[in-house]
Amino acid sequence: MTAVSEVELSRRGLLAGSAATAIVVAAPASDAAPLPQAPAPTSLPVSFEVNGKRRELSLDPRTTLLDALREHLQLTGTKKGCDHGQCGACTVMVDGVRINSCLTLAVMHQGDKITTIEGLGTPDKLHPMQAAFIKHDGYQCGYCTPGQICSAVAVLDEIKRGVPSHVQDDLTAKPRATNVEMRERMSGNICRCGAYSNIADAMADVAGENA
Amino acid sequence: MKFDTPAGTTPIDRQTVIGRPHPRVEGPLKTTGTATYAAEHHDLGGDIAYGYILGAAIGKGRIAAIDTSAADAAPGVRAIVTYRTAGPLGVGQFYVQRMLAGPAVDHYHQAVAVVVADTFEQARAASALIRVDYARTTGSFDLSAQKADAPIAPKEPFGGPSQIVVGDFDRAFAAAPVTLDETYTVPDQAHAMMEPHATIARWDGDLLTCWTSIQQMNWGVRDLARILGIPKANIRLRSPYIGGGFGGKGTVQSDLVLAALAARAAGRPVKLVLQRTLMFNNTIHRPKTIQRVRLGAGRDGRLTAIGHDNWSGNLAGGRTEPSTIPTRLLYRGENRLLRRYLTTLDLAEGNAMRAPGEAPGMMALEMAMDELAERLGMDPVDLRIANDTAVDPEKPGRPFSTRAFVECLRTGADRFGWSKRPGSPASRRDGDWLIGFGMASAIRGAPIAKAGARVRLERSGRVIVETDKTDLGTGSYTIVAQTAAEMMGVPLDRVEARLGDSSFPETPGSGGQMGAASVTAGVYAACAKLRDIVVQRLGFERDDVVFADGEVRSAGRTVSLASAARLGELVAEDSMEYGDLSQRFAQQTFGAHFAEVGVDRYTGVVRVRRLLAVCAAGRILNPVTARSQVIGGMTMGIGAALMEEMAVDTRFGLFVNHDLAGYEVPVHADVPHLDVAFIDEVDPTMSPLKAKGVGELGLTGVAPAIANAVYNATGVRVRDYPITLDKYLTRLPELT
Repeated sequence: MTAVSEVELSRRGLLAGSAATAIVVAAPASDAAPLPQAPAPTSLPVSFEVNGKRRELSLDPRTTLLDALREHLQLTGTKKGCDHGQCGACTVMVDGVRINSCLTLAVMHQGDKITTIEGLGTPDKLHPMQAAFIKHDGYQCGYCTPGQICSAVAVLDEIKRGVPSHVQDDLTAKPRATNVEMRERMSGNICRCGAYSNIADAMADVAGENA
Repeated sequence: MKFDTPAGTTPIDRQTVIGRPHPRVEGPLKTTGTATYAAEHHDLGGDIAYGYILGAAIGKGRIAAIDTSAADAAPGVRAIVTYRTAGPLGVGQFYVQRMLAGPAVDHYHQAVAVVVADTFEQARAASALIRVDYARTTGSFDLSAQKADAPIAPKEPFGGPSQIVVGDFDRAFAAAPVTLDETYTVPDQAHAMMEPHATIARWDGDLLTCWTSIQQMNWGVRDLARILGIPKANIRLRSPYIGGGFGGKGTVQSDLVLAALAARAAGRPVKLVLQRTLMFNNTIHRPKTIQRVRLGAGRDGRLTAIGHDNWSGNLAGGRTEPSTIPTRLLYRGENRLLRRYLTTLDLAEGNAMRAPGEAPGMMALEMAMDELAERLGMDPVDLRIANDTAVDPEKPGRPFSTRAFVECLRTGADRFGWSKRPGSPASRRDGDWLIGFGMASAIRGAPIAKAGARVRLERSGRVIVETDKTDLGTGSYTIVAQTAAEMMGVPLDRVEARLGDSSFPETPGSGGQMGAASVTAGVYAACAKLRDIVVQRLGFERDDVVFADGEVRSAGRTVSLASAARLGELVAEDSMEYGDLSQRFAQQTFGAHFAEVGVDRYTGVVRVRRLLAVCAAGRILNPVTARSQVIGGMTMGIGAALMEEMAVDTRFGLFVNHDLAGYEVPVHADVPHLDVAFIDEVDPTMSPLKAKGVGELGLTGVAPAIANAVYNATGVRVRDYPITLDKYLTRLPELT
């Protein structure tokens, strides 16, 4: 519905052109299309495993996996940076594969195994990647950090499993955890503080290879 | 405590904790997702509702009618705030924008309404049911079109005089044997910090508490009180963790005001997170500048005339982007003419972004210096060295407190291998890559301001520091704890820093590169007072008391520090205030940036291959966090040079690319290993810490160094940032 209204708005806006004064209507529906009745709120049950613990929720079906984690399970280690798949702050692992949790609805994950930053390690028992980020100062404000760490762990696993990337010289060869390879695969995780150089060092440390 | 004469030896000089590369003390929290940011506080009492902002769909005009009836009736909706229900709202002292549109709309995506509902999904859906009829009017959105009529800016509280005249610029410029007169543009840029502006607001009667994300607690309380029309004493702000700011969270933005209004309307705590797509047009940004630089020099390269004219626009009452600042103190030259022009634009407010003034100013000045060096046939490093000055060029009686500028240049040139620079443009190849080297100077002011702290010595011997300073990734937690540890003679793990609470002693917060220097001096003052109390408690009478290793020692007697508090916690609070040292001395930080780029000879793609920053910023309080500040600036400089621009739709009056896909910032693949070196220096005129900030210095000069490297690689000069393919592809060297 929103998409339709934006089309409507921009068409009207274009028609308005550069006229000194124009009426622009920003409404979800034009006069020609009667406003649909808002549907009654519904909720759907969903159960999945988060960090090894089974969770059962009843959710508005519009709830993203990200908001289910943050708002319903109070697992706020997973961050909302853009809410539409452009920044990577919400990266979690679902059945071992990293995804942007803002781009998927919670009810799509019935029975899945989800790992968040809280599941990798705790302040008293850090995951090696968490410890490497601290050692190399691979973070500043810390907001993109959980997503960077989840991605970093998943990237090393992808390289280990032989998932190819387009910066490989030979697509059929087994990828290696080189600096360029890791930077390519990490590029969906934005860090505006600019800790990239240190994140690369942290990942190289964990990968055990000189970049 | 008053600081009005340069510091002699202080307990900080021992450098047993300060100056050491300690990892961030909050690292285990940030890396495990257990640090709590603004929207992540759950146990606040009461059922938290969700706010969602509807942004204005026009660039300028007014709301002709607004109908919220469908939204009011939508599931879960508890309240809707619009200008008709909000009551009168003031404006803040630093930002001039109005936080809620109506009936006038001042800029695109200015908030029109806030919907409060039981869930985020309900609030978002209901916001789409609000019907707004706008009457759109003609606005001014194009700086270039306004430039010719723009007057000199009025006197401003920041950035120095709008017009500076020294000597006779026109005559000197006309007489100079070698001259340069070019115009450069730096586009509108976004802070684009990773954590969106966010607030949870809760009212307890007349008392308002907000968990929010702002850099300056004191300005936040002041501005929120002005906007809401309530006493400052009724407001408490808390920002223990801030997901980046870069100036964009200096003080109150719409999330804070509207969360407070929404919570009052709904009678419940309200969580409000600004949508990413609203941030670019709703909040502040670094405004575009058009800069004309005129340089006149002798054949020896010594500048005789420096002219720098700067045009920027803003909402009525807004400030300039003061790009002429760095030109005041960087180079010698007897005749100087610096002017800032300001016009009114109906875009979102322009305001402080990391190194306001210096960052865009250096993007122009340092490209101009590169061009001048070529005209003179001089090495760019040598040209800078030839124009070093020991005194403030506007006031020759005023020396610099420290100025390791030439040392930065020489150290950098040596470390980078500058001597291997391709001597002429487009002369070096590496396979399909054209290789170029570039460099630029760096300068940023080193302000310091009154800051306070409270220090507690617990019975256990643990030391607690409380100050309203914030940490937005800068390292404040760590350097505050290090300062207290050094002063009290305890290991770092015996100190806990508590920050970002407006009920704690006041500091200037995080901004203007003054945070680190200011807060550590405040902590020093409070610790000095606590040391006096401890000495008194322990019955020491001599003045040779040493605090070290958790002990207090004097004249052969040693007792544990904790024993001073055995009868109860000791508390001391003090602040550091300043005399006229900043008038007597020009206090600045200096640096030099070096870049190597490769430009694909077929596609024109630019890759930054190497970057080096050499910085002189007084005592480096923590080499780990200071280095990170600098590499962060370098990364942002890559963005400024090669990709960052908010594109203005001059017909409808908005920044079109208002998300993180359209507004491109550097990602992992764009950033090579970054090299940083610090000059070993202390500045006794700053404070007993002898330290200066470094976070903004790391940005100034990076973009022009890269731009100059692109020129060196290709022979194509692009004076219109960012240097994107469309501006040079057709001018690349012929394929051979």
